[in-house]
Amino acid sequence: MDKFTKLTGIAAPMPLVNIDTDMIIPKVFLKTIKRSGLGVNLFDEMRYDREGNEIEDFVLNKPAYRNAEILVAGDNFGCGSSREHAPWAIKDFGIKCVISTSFADIFYNNCFKNGILPIVLPQEDVDKLMDDANRGANATVTVDLENQTITGPDGGEISFEVDAFRKHCLLNGLDDIGLTMEKSTSIDAFEETAAQARPWV
Amino acid sequence: MSPKTLYDKIWDAHVAHEADDGTCLLYIDRHLVHEVTSPQAFEGLRMAGRPVRAPEKTIAVPDHNVPTTPGREDPANMTEDSAIQVAALDKNAKEFGIHYYPVTDIRQGIVHIVGPEQGWTLPGMTVVCGDSHTATHGAFGALAHGIGTSEVEHVLATQTLIQKKSKNMKVEITGKLRPGVTAKDITLAVIGATGTAGGTGYVIEYCGEAIRDLSMEGRMTVCNMAIEGGARAGLIAPDEKTFEYVNGRPHAPKGAQWEAALNWWKTLYTDEGAHFDQVITLKGEEIEPVVTWGTSPEDVLPITATVPAPEDFEGGKVEAARRSIDYMGLTPGQKLSDIAIDTVFIGSCTNGRIEDLRAAAEIVKGKKIKDGMRAMVVPGSGLVRLQAEEEGLADVFKEAGFEWRLAGCSMCLAMNPDQLSEGERCASTSNRNFEGRQGYKGRTHLVSPAMAAAAAITGKLTDVRELM
Repeated sequence: MDKFTKLTGIAAPMPLVNIDTDMIIPKVFLKTIKRSGLGVNLFDEMRYDREGNEIEDFVLNKPAYRNAEILVAGDNFGCGSSREHAPWAIKDFGIKCVISTSFADIFYNNCFKNGILPIVLPQEDVDKLMDDANRGANATVTVDLENQTITGPDGGEISFEVDAFRKHCLLNGLDDIGLTMEKSTSIDAFEETAAQARPWV
Repeated sequence: MSPKTLYDKIWDAHVAHEADDGTCLLYIDRHLVHEVTSPQAFEGLRMAGRPVRAPEKTIAVPDHNVPTTPGREDPANMTEDSAIQVAALDKNAKEFGIHYYPVTDIRQGIVHIVGPEQGWTLPGMTVVCGDSHTATHGAFGALAHGIGTSEVEHVLATQTLIQKKSKNMKVEITGKLRPGVTAKDITLAVIGATGTAGGTGYVIEYCGEAIRDLSMEGRMTVCNMAIEGGARAGLIAPDEKTFEYVNGRPHAPKGAQWEAALNWWKTLYTDEGAHFDQVITLKGEEIEPVVTWGTSPEDVLPITATVPAPEDFEGGKVEAARRSIDYMGLTPGQKLSDIAIDTVFIGSCTNGRIEDLRAAAEIVKGKKIKDGMRAMVVPGSGLVRLQAEEEGLADVFKEAGFEWRLAGCSMCLAMNPDQLSEGERCASTSNRNFEGRQGYKGRTHLVSPAMAAAAAITGKLTDVRELM
């Protein structure tokens, strides 16, 4: 997995609440057996018309935000399905950090598995960053995972919380399966005990 | 010992390892797999040279992509990319030695219908699947939730998930439901009350008289949509109805093991005095048949209500409501029961079980669908289809003008050829009314099977109580 340490980039504003996984990556693009190449279809139905032409006023089509690496989004971002194609598409587009007041549970988990940092902040902080993001390409934001801070274009600093284990994995680009395999004796022992206690499973 | 919730008990019975910071390895008893979210996971195993750790606990079935019309076992009758995904599942199931129900098997169907039907899902288990509606299995008092593809690979390789414990929420539905009100109305009404993020960070236990009174099918409908309320999982404590449903299923325990299992299952309830971090109570008798008007499952109103105005909301929801009303082609103040419907879809893991088809057939019986209406019934599994045919329900639907299909996810998420066209308006028994969910620019109103049947007859969203 790619490491996430410190990121300075353009933040794109998407204030709409309840942006769901069907919006992030419509199901027609789920028929792939690969993880890559989905960035071009990120937010497909909001981003393109039926003929495949870009819709000008969609945020990621505006010149200022084409290279955005941070998304500042409305409440309950990523609700809906478990499709990991959503974070795959976000990552493939080039976005490595999403900031909102809340995320749907499965989407939130999926981000960490793909080197994306989702950050939950109180409404006033998200409002402030949304204002910053609205200023376009000249206003870059710095996200520092080690120190758990976000620095806006005016130098104002916001701190954020992140689970210590997940932070460790992101900072070091660790692979979950490898980490779990190191605990295989615990899993073996559990299986043995469980087979006695609940042999019908 | 301090009193525990049902969730606490199942959680505690499955922790294989706990780190100092509370991060746990949760052991997984059943892993359900379908064709859309698994190819990359199997590919990951292959690249790392890893086997499936517990193939005997892993069950695969194609459901999302498969056509629901005859001839579907021929890949030529699928789009190329769908055929590739189904073929990949076929290959992976054989190569890794996991249980598999191909489309040619009468037991094939939607993974969340097949699991309980075959007795794979049992009380007190942990069940996961790369699909958010895994919450369905919570109806058995199993801790069940959706996972992403990386986690699918993690479970395949290690039979565990890295988890932190969620908080406990109790949702109590007191009293009796009134006629015409179903499990679907309960679960939508709860989401209407809590919002789609209201359950975030929680596992919900549904309880109360109205929940106890539901059949297992109804309980599955309620738990199925726990995810639409943002919860990690929904749970209902197992009882005699649960045991009766499970008993005799192909993969349910038998003989002495049945007795041993039953002894444990009977301890699976929330202890008196156990702590819930949040409690929500709705009165069963106050729940009405509901419909959704917008593009989020929280956009729920009784069928007797009118389309709201954006100004009725606060904060970010004002803009979201404006966008929804525009997308749905509605006018604030319009009566919901005046909304004309083009299409009716009865099926999905939410409402594709036998009881759902019975409820719809009850309304349809002896009537015809509205002229020009497109209406389809897609049973949740081959066995549901067979049973419905034996009970004469299929004939009721066909005589009324419904299409009678083969089992699959179908128009719930429109990954197969069953899709809405632009602007087409559907009364659907599925679980999501998101923009484009049932087809590009398609418009979805979520309803119960009985309400969907009523809409098919009258041609508009209809209070089912008027047809009873």
